[in-house]
Amino acid sequence: MPTPIDRDDVQRLVAEGAQLVEVLPHEEFEEEHLPGSVNIPLKTLDAETTRRLERERPVIVYCHDYQ
Amino acid sequence: MSPRAAWRLESIGFTRVYDYVAGKADWGSFGLPLEGTKGARAGEYVRADVPTCRLDERLQEIRRRVTAAGWDTCIVVNESRVVLGRLGRKALASEEDVAVEAVMTAGPSTVRPSITLAAIVERMQSQKLTGALVTRSDGRLVGVLRRTDAEAALNAASFDPPLSSTGREGQ
Repeated sequence: MPTPIDRDDVQRLVAEGAQLVEVLPHEEFEEEHLPGSVNIPLKTLDAETTRRLERERPVIVYCHDYQ
Repeated sequence: MSPRAAWRLESIGFTRVYDYVAGKADWGSFGLPLEGTKGARAGEYVRADVPTCRLDERLQEIRRRVTAAGWDTCIVVNESRVVLGRLGRKALASEEDVAVEAVMTAGPSTVRPSITLAAIVERMQSQKLTGALVTRSDGRLVGVLRRTDAEAALNAASFDPPLSSTGREGQ
């Protein structure tokens, strides 16, 4: 089960090597995103598009807010 | 959206999946850095040295302190730096020596550090404001954005467009 986290957890996990993934559409990612994040829009999320993520490292997903 | 993405990642086989549900709106509202083409944000130009005071302090002492610091406003905060009010020019000019609480403007309008300079400059110009009070989303004071600072930064940016999409990194 995915674990909900807050901003302090994000900073700690990223410092420990977690991967940040923004799942909003490309245009919104280009406008603004967290430093170090990659963009895989939800509509395209599958085994192929996530191939660039490392499975042994934690993955943090985020979008704009509680939407 | 992110909860669905997190579950989808697990279905693909990822086992250590975390969901930052509050997302980049929360991140930016706490003044944490964002990259991208959206442009400079208020948080980058805030003056954090704006004078502050407590509810029970006396106006005469505050006036002396604010004048010595070269400011014309003072932000009323509690022990956690949560903004409770503001003393403007009129209140500070008063000859009365009363408690701050008696003369402050309670619940002043605030903006988040993540608001773009273009948006806040437009708001300050249309409302004829000389500055904007910037707080994090938990109400804690970040500082004051002076309209002159924001306009100067915006004008400078229009002559010096970013070369990449990584915001103001390194400045």
